[in-house]
Amino acid sequence: MFISIFGALESGLIYALMALGVYLSFRVLDFPDLTVDGSFVTGAAMAAVMIINGQSPVVATIAAVITGFIAGCFTGLLHTKGKINPLLSGILMMIALYSINLRIMGQSNIPLLGETTIFSSVTSFWESLNLSAPFNAVIGALGVPGTPQTWAILFIALIVTLIIKCITDYFLKTEVGLALRATGDNQKMIRSFSANTDILIIMGLGISNAFVALSGALIAQHGGFADVGMGIGMIIIGLASVIIGEALFGTKTIARTTLAVIGGAVIYRIVVSLALRVDFLETGDMKLITAIIVIAALVTPKILESQRERRRRLRKKAELAEVASLEEGGKRNAAT
Amino acid sequence: MLQLSQVFLTFNEGTMDEKKALQHVNLDLKHGDFLTIIGSNGAGKSTMMNIVSGSLLPDAGDVVIDESPVTHLQEYKRAQLIGRVFQDPMAGTAPSMTIEENLAMAWSRNKKRKLIPGVTKKRKDLFREHLESLHLGLEDRLSAKVGLLSGGERQALSLLMATFTEPKILLLDEHTAALDPSRAELITNLTAEIVDKFNLTTMMVTHNMQQALDLGNRLIMMDKGQIILDVDESEKKDLTIDKLLNEFQRIRGEQMANDKAILG
Repeated sequence: MFISIFGALESGLIYALMALGVYLSFRVLDFPDLTVDGSFVTGAAMAAVMIINGQSPVVATIAAVITGFIAGCFTGLLHTKGKINPLLSGILMMIALYSINLRIMGQSNIPLLGETTIFSSVTSFWESLNLSAPFNAVIGALGVPGTPQTWAILFIALIVTLIIKCITDYFLKTEVGLALRATGDNQKMIRSFSANTDILIIMGLGISNAFVALSGALIAQHGGFADVGMGIGMIIIGLASVIIGEALFGTKTIARTTLAVIGGAVIYRIVVSLALRVDFLETGDMKLITAIIVIAALVTPKILESQRERRRRLRKKAELAEVASLEEGGKRNAAT
Repeated sequence: MLQLSQVFLTFNEGTMDEKKALQHVNLDLKHGDFLTIIGSNGAGKSTMMNIVSGSLLPDAGDVVIDESPVTHLQEYKRAQLIGRVFQDPMAGTAPSMTIEENLAMAWSRNKKRKLIPGVTKKRKDLFREHLESLHLGLEDRLSAKVGLLSGGERQALSLLMATFTEPKILLLDEHTAALDPSRAELITNLTAEIVDKFNLTTMMVTHNMQQALDLGNRLIMMDKGQIILDVDESEKKDLTIDKLLNEFQRIRGEQMANDKAILG
């Protein structure tokens, strides 16, 4: 149980980068960008191919980020210069990327077993200092059964995610970032203040997909393989993370919202890993579980809201009835 | 400061719905001129504003702002020179962003946007100072989301955002039409105050004839895509609504009963 939650935390933090990308396109730019399903794999493929060809994992990951950025820019170009509807531009790019990803990989699956990845190199450094021991001691003292293999992955994932979060927070408050947010909020207005909304949309989608590709590159190195099908449904997972996070942690400020999105991604992973522990469910049911989680996250707040509203109305009605009956009683007393 | 010369624009040319939106439009505004534009619906007032702002491109003719031709300059580039307030109070601000963020975006209008924080302590002081001139107490609500403001407050903010960087041209497109009478009066007074303060070259479209007479130093009337009446400062002083309507009848020789209802 603990081990599976620990694993969910690790991968949740890496998937949080993808969720931040989805937050940028869906929420900040108000652009439902489906490129994500493709660019996630592009990131993974790029990193995997470069690693098996002997490149350093850091260089491979950076290359993955750049490719993701370019993919996002193309979606932006299709929409702004080609005047294609946002959903369709994303779907077109997603389909195109499927073939491009196959070309990059040259085969449909690249195993990374035994290769040096970011995680394997950090882990060996971490373990050489024996840094996991104190954490395991704490866990042991708390009486939790089982100890994870290493804490290195959790820490590197946490650090990378927090760095990206802070960069995002800062960026969205800069002059360019403000214009980007306004593009998603009121395009006519920001254009009248001399902002080139086309460039902003292209750049925004580029950054969004760069985050997604970074997440893909790290997931490939974490899982030990890149597969051409690993991006299917990724956009829904990203959306689920954003929606769950926003609903649970609020959206008062930008910093709060990005934190909520990361939290949402982690919680989503934990829910899925717990669901998979149910004997009846299989790994193949994961997409169905995802769909159900998203539906629940979308529908529940509305139901709660309407119930609250109904209760409020009933209470008001009861109060008024009480006042009326009191007045009635008063009149009768006066008459007698 | 602003010249339009021989501007033509036709919508849906060669079809059943062909509409000659602007014909032979010539206009010359000097620095500091405040022009009010009246005319019935479909007369071409807003089209002319959109030609100036670059939202629409003319079929023929030239637009010159501050001695540089801008006819084919893209809308967002031209926006460095032009401040705009729209009819819809929701159109001029970003609702999910705060007052200070909206002002910061307006502040960057005529500068290159950089990767430096948009809202700084120094700028906040500046924004507060400008907001005080609106007398709406917005200076104490810098970090409130603009979506929470009332229509009148949003329009006042839009007006401030459009003007405090002192654009070459200010375009006001029926910017008080969607407000209740008292709010409309407030915005009208603010407009006069701000235009005077920054000595802005202004074009204002209005359906309110009294407003068109009260504000500005020059008035034009448009009909069917043409400027049919041009009144300068000295004549405008003793102009009344009745005189304007008579003038229109004389020029067009048409009954204006309907228009009177619209314009009155």
